[in-house]
Amino acid sequence: MLKDITLGQYFPGNTVVHRLDPRTKLLWLLGYIVALFLAKNIWGYALMLGVLITESALAKIKPKTLLSGLKPLIFIVIFTAVVNLFYGTGEPLWQWWILKITAEGIRKAVFMALRIMLLVCGTFLLTYTTSPLQLTDGLERLLGPLKKLRVPVQELAMMMSIALRFIPTLIEETDKIMSAQKARGASFDTGKLSERAKALLPLLVPLFVSAFRRADELATAMECRCYSGGEGRTRMKQLVYRRRDLVTGIVMVLILASAIVLRTV
Amino acid sequence: MSILETQNLTHVYSRGTPFEKVAVDNVSLSVDEGELLGIIGHTGSGKSTFIQHLNGLLKPTAGKVLFQGRDIHASKDALRAVRFGVGLVFQYPEYQLFEETVFQDVSFGPKNMGLGEDEIRERVYEAAAFVGVGRELMEVSPLELSGGQKRRVAIAGVIAMRPRVLILDEPTAGLDPAGRESILENISQFQRETGAAVVLISHSMDDIARFAQRLIVLHEGRLVMDGTPAQVFDRANELKDMGLTVPMATEIALALRARGVELPESVYTTKYLRKLLTALREGGGPC
Amino acid sequence: MDNPIIQLENVSYAYPDAEAPALSGVSLEIARRSFVAVLGHNGSGKSTLAKCLNAIVVPQSGRVLVNGLDTADEDKLLDVRRTVGMVFQNPDNQIVASVVEDDVAFAPENLGVPPTEIRARVDEALRRVGMYGYRLHAPHLLSGGQKQRVAIAGVLAMQPQCIVLDEPTAMLDPVGRREVLSAVRDLRRHSGMTVVLITHHMEECVYADRLIVMEKGRVAMDGAPREVFPRVEELRALGLTVPETVNLLHQLREAGWDLPLDALTVEDCASKIAELIVS
Repeated sequence: MLKDITLGQYFPGNTVVHRLDPRTKLLWLLGYIVALFLAKNIWGYALMLGVLITESALAKIKPKTLLSGLKPLIFIVIFTAVVNLFYGTGEPLWQWWILKITAEGIRKAVFMALRIMLLVCGTFLLTYTTSPLQLTDGLERLLGPLKKLRVPVQELAMMMSIALRFIPTLIEETDKIMSAQKARGASFDTGKLSERAKALLPLLVPLFVSAFRRADELATAMECRCYSGGEGRTRMKQLVYRRRDLVTGIVMVLILASAIVLRTV
Repeated sequence: MSILETQNLTHVYSRGTPFEKVAVDNVSLSVDEGELLGIIGHTGSGKSTFIQHLNGLLKPTAGKVLFQGRDIHASKDALRAVRFGVGLVFQYPEYQLFEETVFQDVSFGPKNMGLGEDEIRERVYEAAAFVGVGRELMEVSPLELSGGQKRRVAIAGVIAMRPRVLILDEPTAGLDPAGRESILENISQFQRETGAAVVLISHSMDDIARFAQRLIVLHEGRLVMDGTPAQVFDRANELKDMGLTVPMATEIALALRARGVELPESVYTTKYLRKLLTALREGGGPC
Repeated sequence: MDNPIIQLENVSYAYPDAEAPALSGVSLEIARRSFVAVLGHNGSGKSTLAKCLNAIVVPQSGRVLVNGLDTADEDKLLDVRRTVGMVFQNPDNQIVASVVEDDVAFAPENLGVPPTEIRARVDEALRRVGMYGYRLHAPHLLSGGQKQRVAIAGVLAMQPQCIVLDEPTAMLDPVGRREVLSAVRDLRRHSGMTVVLITHHMEECVYADRLIVMEKGRVAMDGAPREVFPRVEELRALGLTVPETVNLLHQLREAGWDLPLDALTVEDCASKIAELIVS
């Protein structure tokens, strides 16, 4: 069922990770990704795996939850691994026609798979522990300087938070329309690809119609509550950097330094 | 004769997770051929989950659903038979309209049944007539219709499958009084003329009291009452304890009894209450 | 009327492509701190009337004054909107944020209210509708009645003088309806706010001070519920039903009972009938 999707879901909590300033967490993710791409040997990856495990332990997110988020991406992970497996250079361990596997290939395959998984899990940790609103708030503030370049940062953040707000509503609605059409004998999961694409019309048309109606009503409701763009808005929740944010920042700097050092091992 | 039956039907959501919830709990119910059955229960009583089992949209966690005596999950054919044999109209069904014309939309179900063109045409016109959608609207886009008309077209889309059981979840929600009345009349006429069984879910006790021949009450996933409207509304105080309302006529009768007017307990329509009161007065008052 | 909060002067409006105008020549005044219910079947113009009250719809002829400000004056748009708040039918389509309290904060944030004051307004508004305990919940997991109360809180946080509710209970179950109506009645009782309730549920109008019945874009009846409801036949002709209490009284009167038609609540109605029988 569509309802089972955990992608981008938020699990409320009150751990130190949850309480960090969203800006810190966004910058942390950036640092984490850079460190991850710096890793080129087993030590580098071990370091990043350690970082991820520590982070999820602090956030009290179970490894199982984290791994279940990977499910929809399993195909991409395997595909990347397989492609890398055959692209190694050096002495072939096994060869058939133009396909050959080398020790280098195996190493690359494992590392690439690990990299994608660490990347995805690290990103999930952010969305699992940060409410969508905090996330957009954090992004808005971080991108604030772009306002000077006439980038409508506030409006973009507002759009993003509305999109996040309506995801569950639209998922629920999709489920409902699907059931209703099934009750009239529609089938969404059998037949040839072309037939299946056609079978989506009874789902997509009502979904679009409803999305437009919702958009129209929401726009009116927002105007009624005096929304007139980002100009002059204040915010109830002010973001404040605290000591824990400073500590987190220092930790990230150290991780980045280690990642660079470990490249030379 | 029972046409649709559930045996110890149970449905559990998100089994094995912290969100586990028993939505339907061991419900055994038999819908008789041609009857108009009302289902009462507040939001979260499990009635939406329950009805989605009746045409095989949901699979029971435990228990069985039998349509014309056959287990609906026994084979693919049985499941197909129940999809078309038990028509389900969801809440706010107008949101499912998608075709370019009313005619095409109503014919979606019959088309999926694999019927021939002439047969489809006949059924579409018949269904449209049942819900009071005129021929002049057949080539109009459903999106251009008023809210009430859209609702009718959507119901016609299910009726066109000629179901033996028609289930409607809150068919009058959001309509004005005139619209409610006319849709309920249409549904009751469909039941009388086709001999199909109708299962009506409604929050409006006054509507259900007037139209249903038999009522069941679902509460926390369990079937807690089953009987004629008189028998069910007789237990007005229990219904109120469950957070349900009772028909206004029942409320007035209760208030009258509290004031010493001797009325039988099972008053649920204004018409009947008026009769009783008139009789009481002409009989020279109580005592 | 002395210093009304809203004045409609000969207001007409037609939607593009519509055959008949939605409003034609409506004039009325809404008194401060009054509770006005507007009734009518679908398409009677009652929703358009509501939309005129805070400039979502600007009349094509005639004018609407809110606190003396013309709603057609674009410079005064924000003043009009913060004076007259609006709650709509579908609770899902008016909630902006993913957390209840953030949604309630939306209007004051738009108005540039300082953060500490927003916090105070949000808490106060949520308490007034009995949703304070849910301030950190996700709106999509709430019941319809709860969502609608959040929407009301979202308007209250704006601190308007008048709140217009456009069929706020049409999509709710009986429990949700009761919750919302009692929240609306509390508003009136405790803050003296002007309330305009648009509905087609007769029972919801029983507690109003004034009832306006719309038909074909015009005001068909206007008076206290006790004056309007007894006009049973006329209401039926307009496609409206009367509350079952009035219906019963009406039927008994036809049969020659000496009963008033203005015993609107169940208790009143039962008392009047009991008097006749028990005596």
